[in-house]
Amino acid sequence: MNSTKENSISVSNLSKSYGNILALNKLSFEIAKGELFGFIGPDGAGKTTLFRILTTLLLADEGNATLCGLDVVKDFKKIRQIIGYMPGKFSLYQDLSVEENLSFFATIFGTTIQENYELIKDIYIQIEPFRKRPAGKLSGGMKQKLALCCAMIHKPEILVLDEPTTGVDAVSRKEFWEMLRKLKENGITIIVSTPYMDEASLCDRVALMQGGIIMSTNTPENIIKQFDTPLYAVKSHSMYQLMNDLKTWNQTESAHLFGQYLHLTIKDKDSNAIETYLKSKSHQDFEIQQITPNIEDAFMRLMANKSK
Amino acid sequence: MKTILFILQKEFTQIFRNKTMLPIIFVLPMVQLLILSFAATFEMKSIKIHIVDMDKTPQSREMISKFKGSKFFRIVNYSDAYKIAEKDLKTNKADVILQIPQHFEKMLIKEDKASVQLTINAINGSAAGLINAYTFSIIKDFNRNVLMDTYGQKLEMPIQTTSSYWYNPQLDYKIYMVPGILVLLVTIIGMFLSAMNVVREKEIGTIEQINVTPVHKYQFIAGKLIPFWVIAMFELAFGLLFAKLVFSIPIIGNLTTVFAVASVYILSVLGMGLFISTITNTQQQAMFIAWFFMMIFLLMSGLFTPVESMPDWAQKLNIINPIAYFIKVMRMVLLKGSGFGDVINPFISLVIYAVLSLTLAVRMYKKKS
Repeated sequence: MNSTKENSISVSNLSKSYGNILALNKLSFEIAKGELFGFIGPDGAGKTTLFRILTTLLLADEGNATLCGLDVVKDFKKIRQIIGYMPGKFSLYQDLSVEENLSFFATIFGTTIQENYELIKDIYIQIEPFRKRPAGKLSGGMKQKLALCCAMIHKPEILVLDEPTTGVDAVSRKEFWEMLRKLKENGITIIVSTPYMDEASLCDRVALMQGGIIMSTNTPENIIKQFDTPLYAVKSHSMYQLMNDLKTWNQTESAHLFGQYLHLTIKDKDSNAIETYLKSKSHQDFEIQQITPNIEDAFMRLMANKSK
Repeated sequence: MKTILFILQKEFTQIFRNKTMLPIIFVLPMVQLLILSFAATFEMKSIKIHIVDMDKTPQSREMISKFKGSKFFRIVNYSDAYKIAEKDLKTNKADVILQIPQHFEKMLIKEDKASVQLTINAINGSAAGLINAYTFSIIKDFNRNVLMDTYGQKLEMPIQTTSSYWYNPQLDYKIYMVPGILVLLVTIIGMFLSAMNVVREKEIGTIEQINVTPVHKYQFIAGKLIPFWVIAMFELAFGLLFAKLVFSIPIIGNLTTVFAVASVYILSVLGMGLFISTITNTQQQAMFIAWFFMMIFLLMSGLFTPVESMPDWAQKLNIINPIAYFIKVMRMVLLKGSGFGDVINPFISLVIYAVLSLTLAVRMYKKKS
């Protein structure tokens, strides 16, 4: 990895509002060169607004941001040379073929497919069999791969990916993140936004965004460590009733459904209280076990704490 | 410069890959020229006339036979009561009623004058005017015969008017229409296709991807305008050829003049199209706004009705109507053989128009919001 810890992206006090709605509220953060940095947050958290400011498509109301030392307002022309952007919505020419799209984006950056083929090779060979097919006729996962190739064909220093995995099947999502890990090895700084919290653990560092602010920035491990209370997984014969009972229990701090289990934190630190309560509600065959929280639990807790 | 070439290559690929594009370029002009120039005509044939003859004398029959002999009239009914005729007018069975009153012949002989009554359906004012004129000319003819019978000699009027129609001696409506329809075609290509093309990039989101590239604003815009300029010029050439071969439209003036003016005219409509695309976000919005402007410009341009018959304010409004300038130039050069010097004023107006609309559009187009 890089020995010097120079900052690739530096943002301070960035604000943007649309009318009365504050989309970004005094954001500040630093991202190191070669980092794979994730912005995690629900829809409307301000992720796309932030990315549009960083890619010089939108002007901020206040604050400033630099990419590789270049100001997003003053040096926008230079920035456009060094970034690769993949918008949330598929934005390639649907009526042009895979090959035509790629060579078009290569030529407008003054380069050729051959010149940077090494960089995209691993991804491109997967879509190469369909190179004569119009981009609009590709499957969702293929489209993402093509979009990533087009965003990288000019060998950018920073890759900005806005929700690249939204609407993509689970297998393609996994593949996509593997590709990102590989790209990172080329020293490219990657910032990526996603509403899927499970993807957070695949980043070097993540920022949890909600309502235009960053609630926490840390490595995925440290974010999990911030979870400072015992977490229980509870299961019963009637999950619906279990959910209702636990939501109305005065000892419940949080209760979220995760697959077959309900993840529960309580005010009282004694887990026996749960058993007693569930018995009183005539639950049968229930299961209670203490578990280590995953990143999703950590985010849910952070969000709940902030909104209090 | 190289970038523009790549962008142009991409634009042309996309335009010709679009399945509706080739029909628009080749079929649209043929259909429009064929339908509009044959169907849109001011001439009226077989006007439906209902004759109420209350006199039933040789003189009244003489008058009726005049109408019978005219190729413009078709007698749909006779009756002897106006009420019946009125019913025909109301049900659209007749366009006009001619009523010959009782004692028509008697009056004509005794008092040397008599009157007839015409009732014309004037919902369409210009059609009513034509019917009136045609009827009048037949009655005038009848009058002349009466005078001859009475005085036994051919009467000569002291002042004789003879007229000849210049530039369109047969008063062929097609010759008047076709140059205008060619303008309409070029306008559709210039304004609609260019506006829709840019908005489509917005709609699909590709513009976002382009905006983060180092492509300059002027390169992007040139890439959008040049293909449609080329297509519109080609369209004009194709349309002229078609008009010449199928309608034998006279091309008296110099075609260089036509294309010189056209090249500027197309730029001005492209500018308008681009401007529309900067203020809209969907193809539907662009379509409606382009349609709005085109309808107004077209109706005021003199394509269908002469500009001279419009009220003063409307004629003044045509100062900002590029279509009016180009239709005027087309008719002048093609039918009258006017040279470049004769059309210099509309040409300069179009140059100003093109510069203004393009500047405005380029200024409005933003890569950043």
